[in-house]
Amino acid sequence: MSGILVVAEHAGGAFSPTASELLGKATELAAVLGTSVSAAVLGDIDAAPLGGLGAAKVYQAAGDFSTYDAGATIDALEAILRASEADMVLAPAAYAYRDALPRLTARFDGAMASDAMGLRVESGHLVARRPTFAGSIEADLTLTARPAFVTVRGNSFPKVANNGGSAEVVAVSFDKKTPSVTVMETLAPDTKGIDLGTADKVVAGGRSLGSQEKFDALIRNLGEVMGAGVGASRAATDAGYAPHAEQIGQTGQTVSPSLYLAVGISGAIQHLAGMRTSKVIVAINKDPDAPIFEHASYGIVNDLFEVVPALADELRS
Amino acid sequence: MKIGVCAKVAPDPNARLKVASDGTGIVMDGIKTKLADYDEYAIEEAIRTKEAHGGEIVVLTVGDTGAEKLVRGGALALGVDKALLITESPTDPLGTAKLLAAGAKREGCDVLFTGKSTTDEQNFQVGVMIAELLGWAHVTQVTELSFEGDTFVATRNLDAGVRQKVQGKLPAVITCEDGLNTVRYAKLPAIMKAKKKPFEKVSAADLEAAAGEGRLAVGNMAPPPPRPAGKIIDGDAATAAKELVRLLREEAKVL
Repeated sequence: MSGILVVAEHAGGAFSPTASELLGKATELAAVLGTSVSAAVLGDIDAAPLGGLGAAKVYQAAGDFSTYDAGATIDALEAILRASEADMVLAPAAYAYRDALPRLTARFDGAMASDAMGLRVESGHLVARRPTFAGSIEADLTLTARPAFVTVRGNSFPKVANNGGSAEVVAVSFDKKTPSVTVMETLAPDTKGIDLGTADKVVAGGRSLGSQEKFDALIRNLGEVMGAGVGASRAATDAGYAPHAEQIGQTGQTVSPSLYLAVGISGAIQHLAGMRTSKVIVAINKDPDAPIFEHASYGIVNDLFEVVPALADELRS
Repeated sequence: MKIGVCAKVAPDPNARLKVASDGTGIVMDGIKTKLADYDEYAIEEAIRTKEAHGGEIVVLTVGDTGAEKLVRGGALALGVDKALLITESPTDPLGTAKLLAAGAKREGCDVLFTGKSTTDEQNFQVGVMIAELLGWAHVTQVTELSFEGDTFVATRNLDAGVRQKVQGKLPAVITCEDGLNTVRYAKLPAIMKAKKKPFEKVSAADLEAAAGEGRLAVGNMAPPPPRPAGKIIDGDAATAAKELVRLLREEAKVL
């Protein structure tokens, strides 16, 4: 009984980029382990194309999984895991799997690594590298129990191209037995623009902006010019300059864009926890000793009230 | 209501930590500890629930980490009625969950509050695992909560700022998120009174439970690799802005 099962997320009729990232990585790991890769799909979508991303077989549970229901997700995944005979499971580090996978881990007496940013095989076991202590320390978790479950942060692995292949899709039925809560209402976020979780570019402002008006005029405006998601430090959201949903940091969102512009943000550990894996970090801050500069690829030590408008002008031209 | 709340002793999040020489943990000598941040919200919510609906609160903790002083000061002194310390040190989250679930069962809890995660390992697993082991419902990352009889309504934080209002039935595990409440602090008379509240220590065997081991191993701990030193772009605002855009386009290729 062996194999890697990848939970392939989808929305609006298309698979998420995470499906490609995880199937690509799983293919690489399976080659080392001498085992196979299959995909788990919850809900209705044409899943055969996952074969083109590396899945040898797809196990699919029909139904509407678009609103997260713990019982349905957990029991469907349990049925799929048993049908696939896989002993390792990779899933995106999204709310649903953060919520569901620990129950499966306990149900099977397995082991779980959350929020992995790196994965490799050592002596036949999965080793997940993950952040601890607000990202200030990284650790390897070697999962010796089976099944081994790993949730993986987005943008951790390259996306593989679909080579046009097609996988056999096996329909899996399940009984919903896990006690769960019922969803009464879903409240749309308070954010005003591009979704931070998937944005390729993010511009974030700190408390030095001074007011919501100035935050909107400078940060939100720059975001629009750049086509970037807009975020804020906790100090800025606590002060009311931006909605809580836009907070980036240990107690807010974690983002990993290609470009992160930190404007008037000092770079405290709790903020870094939410963005330190961004590919290119730019810091604009009046204080040359701000810790953010230790993490930035490019820095401008100057007054943000002059630099940000100049930047917006330059980008518009 | 028999209310359970789990509390973990964790290093102060503002402490500067060093990795132990064997890479399997951090050096705890001289490091200040406290009850983990999100567990404080759990304790506060347990107390508010008792204030509104009556009942008794037991705080559950595992290990041998000098927890007694912190648990008395941070839980018993605030309004928790008794403490149960399970004196085994588990090697993984599932082990911790097995011991805490056994404690909750022994105490006859019908609701259990935990933090959504702890500020050290940040696994986000133990609370949900306890629910599975007890066969209870669970709801995570809760920012609003109310009870009516054995039914509860909670608001939970999903990703990307999306929130959901859910309804459930006890027994349940509820993991607490920032914003659920504002924690209270103990006053001296209450701290003195807390010295007399029951603090019971039991072994895993006393609970007919076992954490088990050998499911995972931690190693190779290290601070993240430092980024290569960045470039500070000189000049006045307009000049620096122009040069930054050029570098982002031509060098970093992210624009």
